[in-house]
Amino acid sequence: MGKRSVIPFGPQHPVLPEPIHLDLVIEDEKVIEAVPSIGFVHRGLESLVEKKDFNEMTYVVERTCGICSFMHGMGYCESLEHIMNVEVPDRGKFLRTIWCELSRMHSHLLWLGLLADAFGFESLFYQCWRMREKILDIFELTTGGRCIFSVNKIGGVLKDIEPDMMRTILSVLDDMEKEILTIKKTFLEDYTVESRLKNIGVLTKQQAHDLGCVGPFGRASGLDIDMRKRGYAAYPYIDFEPITSDIGDSYARCYVRISELFQSIDIIRQASSKMPSGDISVPVKGNPEGEYFMRVEQPRGEAIYYVKANGTKFLDRMRVRTPTFANLPGMLETLKGADLADVPLLVLTIDPCISCTER
Amino acid sequence: MSEVICPDNELIEITPENLLNKVMEMKRQGLRLSQACAAVVNEKYELSYSFAQEGTYRYITLRLVIDTSVEIPSITEFYPYAFLYENEMKELFGVKIKLINLDYNDKLYRIKEETPFLKKKEEQ
Amino acid sequence: MAKVKRSPWLLHYDGSSCNGCDIEVLACLTPVYDVERFGVVNTGDPMQADILLITGGINTQNQEVVRQLYNQMPRPKVVVAVGVCACTGGVFKECYNILGGADTTIPVDIYVPGCAARPQAIIDGVVKAVELFQQRSDEHEAMIKEKRRNKKGE
Repeated sequence: MGKRSVIPFGPQHPVLPEPIHLDLVIEDEKVIEAVPSIGFVHRGLESLVEKKDFNEMTYVVERTCGICSFMHGMGYCESLEHIMNVEVPDRGKFLRTIWCELSRMHSHLLWLGLLADAFGFESLFYQCWRMREKILDIFELTTGGRCIFSVNKIGGVLKDIEPDMMRTILSVLDDMEKEILTIKKTFLEDYTVESRLKNIGVLTKQQAHDLGCVGPFGRASGLDIDMRKRGYAAYPYIDFEPITSDIGDSYARCYVRISELFQSIDIIRQASSKMPSGDISVPVKGNPEGEYFMRVEQPRGEAIYYVKANGTKFLDRMRVRTPTFANLPGMLETLKGADLADVPLLVLTIDPCISCTER
Repeated sequence: MSEVICPDNELIEITPENLLNKVMEMKRQGLRLSQACAAVVNEKYELSYSFAQEGTYRYITLRLVIDTSVEIPSITEFYPYAFLYENEMKELFGVKIKLINLDYNDKLYRIKEETPFLKKKEEQ
Repeated sequence: MAKVKRSPWLLHYDGSSCNGCDIEVLACLTPVYDVERFGVVNTGDPMQADILLITGGINTQNQEVVRQLYNQMPRPKVVVAVGVCACTGGVFKECYNILGGADTTIPVDIYVPGCAARPQAIIDGVVKAVELFQQRSDEHEAMIKEKRRNKKGE
């Protein structure tokens, strides 16, 4: 029985790109309890609904987070489209799906890089980020932006992908698939990487359910939740199965995310072959009235957009519940009993997005 | 083509008295607390507790409309991880919630302004 | 860019940014853009840092953190505000919890615009910061020499 002490972790920490603070109660080298304190990135953007009208809010919502910005914008637009009974043209839906999956790939590659950095494999970190740049190049070619590209609007999308461009994207993805296979081998077969990931931070299926985990973090513990199956955008036309694992350790989370990279490439291929021609958006008139809960699957899991409109230009309430908010209790559970040296790694395995969480 | 399940959102209106009963019912059915949030509409709180079912993708929202002075019990007894949502409601909206298992006492976000969402409505 | 005499170390802190600028700052440090070719190195330790890259606006919680980081950095130091939020508060300026840009709390030398700031713009800002750092260190050195000379003369 060792002496108990409290170690502050964060907000500024080399492994964290974002500020979060944890008070780690430790005994010898083991963490007994972790108490989070958040709020370093809290801006209060939900309160902007009083100052900006519902069209302008699209661009504010996109800036909730710079990594999954496209999906934030899409979730908000889809909830308003639902309230206003707007049917987005099929081509617009397919374009949304393609950008969604590209965002997912960019986010997962970013996470894999940060994970490699967290266990000290710097060259692997650089490899992941080098590949990620190719996806950002696609974004830049198709939308003009690299992180935040504001192509969503209520009623569809603002930019089209020409067939020539689509062929370029597909050939880039073909090359990328081969490259990802090489890093997959390192992540999943290298024994030094395995020793840092296997049996670290195990969360059983029951625990994951009881703590309300979502996304790849939950799927790695065997929870079969994938909001894409709910059928928004063009996902009803696409054939895919959620990837799950029943091990629930850090290695499984890494496995789920790497497999999702291949799944995303597959979805983009399917979407590009099934994409019809036609309009990309419809004009929208009038003000919304009503409320809706929209759920979309972000790279980190289920995100919820709640919009309550009162028939004027200004919404009554706009709420974003982001996946990291739901995954925080799961993360705190995995920290219990972990070695102090594994804490940065475990914090990373939920793929935390603090600026989403605190808004 | 894969099977798509897209049931409509369900909304159930409840009162403060049967909040805990309803939440317990959800827990018995094995639903997951998906989110909880507050809104200020017509100078009343509108609280939404949403529950999601795995597999069927059902989405049930319990809607509670109360006066700003009413105190409601915490649901952390059944869903311990609701503490984040409840602390958020308490801090940003000033909803009176008693017996939260991990009460930050309005120190979750540590903002300077008190209950920013409620205050602005009163000014108008 | 004049000949680099010193290799300044970079410290990056995320104020209340949306991550967009953060990942661009990180992207600048990776092989494709590689700001390290200008002789800077990324560090996590404020005590050893010379240039502070700050992204995102200042809110009531992180104000103290930013001030502390700035005070922990040894003199001479240069601050670069990356992205429009760090410059003025940006789209979140009207939010209840945002005080404004980084210059509400610490002195900012270089402003990099953009939402999110592009890597090219960030590189430009870093290059300017390196030059400014060079100039300031020369002044700092001259000042120390002057002080020593005065001491000897006493």
